[in-house]
Amino acid sequence: MSRAPARERMGALLLIVPLLAFLAVFFLWPLWTMVRASVVDDTVSRVLPRTAAAIVSWDGQGLPPTQVQQALVEDLRQADDQQALGETVRRLNSAVSGFRTLLTRTTNAVRDGTDAVAVDLGDLDRRWKEPRFWLALRDAVPPYTDRNLLAAVDMKRDAGGAIVSEDPGASANRLIMFRTFLVAAIVTLASAAIGLPYAMLAAAVTGWKRTALLLAVLVPLWTSLLVRTTAWFVLLQNEGLINRALQAMGLIDSPLPLIFNRVGVVIAMTHVLLPFMVLPIYSVLLSVPRNLMQAAASMGAGPLRAFWRVLLPLSLPGLLSGSLLVFMVAIGYYITPALVGGANDQMISSVIAFYAMGTANWGLAGALGVILLLVTMILYFIYGRLSKSPQLLGA
Amino acid sequence: MFRTAQILFGVSVVIFLLMPIVAILPLAFTSSVFLTYPIEDYSLRWFVELATADAWRLSIMNSLIIGLGATLLSTILGTLASLGMRSKALPFANLLRTMFLLPMVVPAVVLGVGMQMLFVNLGLASTYPGVIVAHAVLCVPFVIVSVSASLQGIDPSVEKAASSLGASPVMVFRRVTFPLALPGVISGAVFAFATSLDEVVITLFVAGPNQRTLARQMFSSIRENISPTVVAAALLLIIGTLCLGGLAALLRWRQERSALKAVP
Repeated sequence: MSRAPARERMGALLLIVPLLAFLAVFFLWPLWTMVRASVVDDTVSRVLPRTAAAIVSWDGQGLPPTQVQQALVEDLRQADDQQALGETVRRLNSAVSGFRTLLTRTTNAVRDGTDAVAVDLGDLDRRWKEPRFWLALRDAVPPYTDRNLLAAVDMKRDAGGAIVSEDPGASANRLIMFRTFLVAAIVTLASAAIGLPYAMLAAAVTGWKRTALLLAVLVPLWTSLLVRTTAWFVLLQNEGLINRALQAMGLIDSPLPLIFNRVGVVIAMTHVLLPFMVLPIYSVLLSVPRNLMQAAASMGAGPLRAFWRVLLPLSLPGLLSGSLLVFMVAIGYYITPALVGGANDQMISSVIAFYAMGTANWGLAGALGVILLLVTMILYFIYGRLSKSPQLLGA
Repeated sequence: MFRTAQILFGVSVVIFLLMPIVAILPLAFTSSVFLTYPIEDYSLRWFVELATADAWRLSIMNSLIIGLGATLLSTILGTLASLGMRSKALPFANLLRTMFLLPMVVPAVVLGVGMQMLFVNLGLASTYPGVIVAHAVLCVPFVIVSVSASLQGIDPSVEKAASSLGASPVMVFRRVTFPLALPGVISGAVFAFATSLDEVVITLFVAGPNQRTLARQMFSSIRENISPTVVAAALLLIIGTLCLGGLAALLRWRQERSALKAVP
């Protein structure tokens, strides 16, 4: 008897393993790669392994001992990966300018000399007698760094290694995070303000009216996100349908600025995310017995009082799940702000895409990605705790 | 008074939800190069452009190839895993389920950045297999949700009856379990295809110019130089996804009806 469950377990595992392996390679590994890119900085230590090992014993006073200098000579002589060497030079040169010419000259000289001859770096180039080059080298060799994670929140380490805020104006990541949360919060509030009464209405009516109200939510949900964003892009133009209609009605004289600004982003995102608010509230309200409101009314509560004391408290769990869902999806949004928003409406996803695709700054893109991923996962965890079945709607 | 306000509110939200989609569609048939009303003259020139311009034609082909590839891959993997998750003997079932649904939750840009970095090292960057597996990752949750739901609706006593009548486990699966789960599998595949068709963000990161999909092509033409071709493409996508959505809804409805029939 005991063999049957074991065999069943084996069979179940065999069915699951292909998907598990697939997601491990193509889902978890990419995320891990991104997390690693945000904290790993091994360009220099990979090219100069001996120097990296030797320089840690140096206390940073005066010039490093000769074995460090000999290690560097040996590393430069052995370095055969030109591309990696080039990256190392770039990295060091961004720390102290002049490092490029210094390293190129040193590398050439070291390679010309024979192995047996010990090279004196100070004789080769006077700059090796300046501690600042060695200090920059020491700062660049540790394979792990918190530089990117700090830069993602506009912080850095000063010369003494203490964590300080970046100069105001030097970077805008904190502002963008604040903006992301602000836009997501506005969209969540707007969705709740429209979605809660709408869901209540849909739960209150019956027959074709309910079908129509629900279809109006489901059709946009089935429609491609890109199509909906395209629609808003066309509608919100100065020459678009909304401005034309308002002008024709005589409500406005000149077109309202609706696109490439915050207003457009909020309108379009609310439209896209409204179904995620309506459906959880609606499904919670469906389980409310229909005669509850009548009971409240029969006991003397007016419609407003019955709503406030009965219907609203009962719909709160749905409202909470819906709000979490909308907020969670909103903070990661990319397409809608990218197309409908202006330069001042770009959210954290756009900045990540900019660092990754525009400037190939993988470290910073990864660090901002880690922050976005972390916030999303925390929200998802809370959402999963609140709703019984932790899955998104729409499927 | 309260009733009028209710009706007014309901109608205006319905308009807000549906108007954008409905309002732009006629613009696909304009003969002008501008996306404005009133439409002076109707023509099909933008559909002709869609079918003949190389960039658009290639992107439609790519969307079909990548969509079918991703659908096939995610439906097979997701259906197998859903069957496995039915077993009560499986350890960590909840954890596994959460893990399988995660691709739906992780922000697309985050996953895209990670995939771009990894795919360069794996030699998958800017290749069809790379884009297909990337899309398949996003499609898996939809397949899992759909197939699991239809498997849950199967009465275990039907399978027990089949095996008590002498059917082997393989036979039970082929003749009883799978036919009953098939509507769920198909609607999962439909959702998977629709997801792939609509995907832009990950595609931006992992696809090269040769793997440009329709959605990706629409995204860049809106950004660079919007023309009614984009609306014509949008109309195609709407018709495509509405047909697919309708198909999925029909299958689900039929399944619910047959489930109701099964219970006397």
